[in-house]
Amino acid sequence: MPREGLMSQKNIKTISNPKLKLEVLTKEDVQKIHNATLQIIEKVGVRFPSKRALEIWEAVGAEVDHEKKIVRVKPQIIEDAIKKAPPAYKLAARDPQQDLQLDGNHVNLGTDGCGVEVIDINTGEKRTSCLQDVRDIARIADATEEVAFHWVAVSAQDAPVEARGLHELKAVWESSTKHVQTESIYNVEEAKAAIEMAALLAGGKDKLKDRPVLSLMQCTAPPLGHDGGSLDAALLAAEVGIPTGFMTMAACATTGPTTMAGNLAVGNAEVITATALLQIAFPGAPVFYAAAQTASDLKTGAYTGGGPEDFLFGAATNVLADFYNIPLSMGAFATGAKEPNWQAGLEGAMSSFMASVVMSDMLLGCGFLHGSRIWSYAEMMMDCEIFSIVHKMMQGIEVNDETLAMDSIANVGPGGHYLAQKHTRKHMRELFMPQFMDRRPYSEWETKKDDARDWALSKARKTLKEHQPDPLDEKIGQEMDRIIKSVEK
Amino acid sequence: MSEELYKEMAQCIIDGDSDISAELARKSIELNMHPLDAITKGFVIGVNYIGDQFGKGEAFLPELVMAGEAMKAAVAVLEPELLKLGEAREMMGKVVLATVEGDIHEIGKTLVGTMLSASGFEVVDLGVDQPADKIIGKALEIDAQIIGMSALLTTTMVRQREVIEELDKEGLRPRIKVMVGGAPITRDWVEKIKADGYSEDAIGAVKIAKDLVGKGDQ
Ligand code: B12
Repeated sequence: MPREGLMSQKNIKTISNPKLKLEVLTKEDVQKIHNATLQIIEKVGVRFPSKRALEIWEAVGAEVDHEKKIVRVKPQIIEDAIKKAPPAYKLAARDPQQDLQLDGNHVNLGTDGCGVEVIDINTGEKRTSCLQDVRDIARIADATEEVAFHWVAVSAQDAPVEARGLHELKAVWESSTKHVQTESIYNVEEAKAAIEMAALLAGGKDKLKDRPVLSLMQCTAPPLGHDGGSLDAALLAAEVGIPTGFMTMAACATTGPTTMAGNLAVGNAEVITATALLQIAFPGAPVFYAAAQTASDLKTGAYTGGGPEDFLFGAATNVLADFYNIPLSMGAFATGAKEPNWQAGLEGAMSSFMASVVMSDMLLGCGFLHGSRIWSYAEMMMDCEIFSIVHKMMQGIEVNDETLAMDSIANVGPGGHYLAQKHTRKHMRELFMPQFMDRRPYSEWETKKDDARDWALSKARKTLKEHQPDPLDEKIGQEMDRIIKSVEK
Repeated sequence: MSEELYKEMAQCIIDGDSDISAELARKSIELNMHPLDAITKGFVIGVNYIGDQFGKGEAFLPELVMAGEAMKAAVAVLEPELLKLGEAREMMGKVVLATVEGDIHEIGKTLVGTMLSASGFEVVDLGVDQPADKIIGKALEIDAQIIGMSALLTTTMVRQREVIEELDKEGLRPRIKVMVGGAPITRDWVEKIKADGYSEDAIGAVKIAKDLVGKGDQ
C-alpha cells in the first residue's frame, strides 16, 4: 500500500501508521510513576526561580517558599492543568507544504542543536562553530528528506552574545523552508525578539497561533528545578501560541536517582510542573514533553548520552507523554563517540529505533559526536540513513493476497528465480536501497578502501554545492535584522 | 587499641559512612588521641584506599564522593580540636570554585570540587550562576591561591574572561591563579583569555591545581 505517498509532505519523510509495537511499561507501571511524580511535586517540591512563575503558582493556591523558590502543589491542580493541553497541533513551516503534524501518528526527525565545534566540511579539521556553519547545516538539512525540522545545529560563536540566538534563528530561516525549533533562546529579551521575528513570517503576532513557524525547547534543571530565564522565555512564547516544551536531562546517579524508575519520576516531575505552569497561565497553549534522560558514567560522571539506559528511556518517556496526552520530543542519536564509528552507529540506531517504535512526535537529533558537542556532516548523513532504515522497519510486513505473491510463486515453481517476474518488477522498489552500506565485492573495496563515512561526506558536500532553498523574502530579512540590532548592545 | 580505632576510621571512610566517621572522631577526642593522628593514620588511609581503587577502575564515583563526605564529617569534628592545639592540617591550597553567571550547569564543577577536596585542597564551592564580584570577593576573603570557573555555554564562557580581566585590573594575578573548564572550553580559548590552567575532566583538574600551587610532584 502506498501509505507513505498519502502521508508525506514536500521533501519530508516521516514515520506514520506504524506496524511495530513495544510495551516498555505496563499501565500499572505508568500509574505508579505518575503517583510517585505527584507525590514528589506535593511533598518534595520543584524549584521555580522566576518571579512570574512563582506568582502564577501562588495564585492557584500552591505552597510557595519564596526564599528557596520551591513550589509544592496539590495533585488536583497539576492534573486539572495538564488536561487543558492540546493533544495534537501542527508545527508550521515557512513553506506551508512542509508543516508537520504532532498528532501521535508522525515521527519527525530534527537536527541536533547547540554544538560548540564542527568538523569542517572541506578540511576535515575540528574547529569552533560559527554563523556560516548554522547556515550550511540548515541548507543541507533543507535538502534532506529525512530532516523534517531544525534545531539550531551549532552555536554562532562569531555573533554577539546578547543576540546570538537571534542571528542563529535568522540564519536557519534564510537557509531552509522547514520548521525551526530553537533551544538557544533562554532569556526574556531574546525571546521577545524571536517572537517578533516569527511573527514576520506568520503574517502578524496574532497569526502565530495558526502558523507557529517557530517552537521553543527549554531545559529543566535537574534534579527538580528549572532555570529562571528559560521559564520566563517559555511563558512569553506560550502566551502567543508558540509551541513550547521542557526537556529533562536527569542523569542516573548524578542529577537523578540511579534506578531508572526513580529517574523517570524525577524528570517527569520537572516536565509536568513546567507544563502545568504554562497551562495555568495560558490554558490550551500548545506544549510538548521533552526528554533526554541517560545514565551517568560511573567512572567520570560524564553524561553518557547513549547506552542501554538511554534506549529504554527513549521508549518509556513516550508512554508518559501519551499518558498526559501531549506530544513528545525525544532525544535520540546521542553518542559519546569521537568520530562516526561503531559506537556512533550502534547508539544512533538503537536510540532512534526505540524512540520511534513508540511514535515519539519529534526525534532529536542527527549530526553530533562527543556528547552533543561536535557537529559532523558525515554523521548527519549517516544518522539520516539510520532514520530511513527505522522508517522502513516501522512499515512492518504487510500480509495480503498481493504480498503473498501466490501467482509468481506458482510461475517460478520449485527451482528457478524471481528476477524475471512482473511481481518482482512491481514491488522491487519497496526493498530498502541503502546509500551508505558497503555491499560491494571485496576486491573493489580493496582498491578504494573507502566506506560509509566517505560517501556520506561526499553527499553532504554535493548537497551544499548544489542545493538552493527558496530564499527568504528580502523585506522580511531586513526587518529581522532591525529586530536583531535592537537587542544588540 | 589505637591501631584498632585507626582501622575502623579507615573502614568507615571506605564505607562512606558520615555518621560513623563523626562518631569515631568524637571517640578519638575522648581517648585523647592527637587529632592529626586520627586524620593521617586513620581517616586519610581510607581516602587513599578509595582513591587508589578509583584509579584502578574498581571503585566508582559515588563511592569516592561518599568517602569525601565522610572525611569532611570527621574533619569537622576534629578541626576545632586542632585549633585549640594551635595546629592546622596541612592543605594543598585554597580554591574558590563556581559556575559563572548565567550558567546553571552544576555537576562538572561539583565533581572537580570533590576531587580537589579528596586530594587535600580546601575548596569553597559557591555554586552555579555566580557573578565575577562574588567569585573574586570570596577568593580575597579566604586568601585563595586558585579560582576555578566552570562554563558550559558559549554565551557564558565570556564570563571567564571577565573575571580574569578584573583580576588583572586589580593586580591580583599571579597571586591568584585561574583555572577553567566546561563543554565549550578549548585550548585556544584558554590561551586567548590567558587562563593559567584548564582540564577536560576532574582528575586533570587536580593535576593542574597541584601544578599551580607548585606542588605538582605530590
Ligand atoms: C546535563 C546538561 C544540562 C543539564 C545540567 C544539569 C545540572 N544540574 O548540572 C541541564 C538540563 C540543566 C542543562 C541546561 C542547559 N543546557 Co546543557 N548540557 C548538559 C550536557 C548534556 C552534559 C553536561 C554535564 O553535566 N556533563 C557531565 C559533567 C561531569 O561534565 P562537564 O560538565 O563537562 O564537567 C567536566 C569537565 O568539563 C571539567 N570541568 C568542568 N568545569 C570545570 C571547571 C574547572 C575549573 C576545571 C579545571 C574543569 C572543569 O571537569 C568536569 C568533570 O569531569 C551538556 C553536553 C555535554 N556533553 O557537555 C549540555 C550542554 C552544555 N548544554 C547546552 C545547552 C544549550 C543548555 C541550555 C541553554 C538548553 C536550554 N535551552 O535550556 C540550558 C542552559 C541553561 C543555563 N542558563 O545554564 C549546550 C551548550 C552549548 C552551547 N551552544 O552553548 C550543551 C553543549 C549541549 C547541547 N549541544 O545542547 N544542560
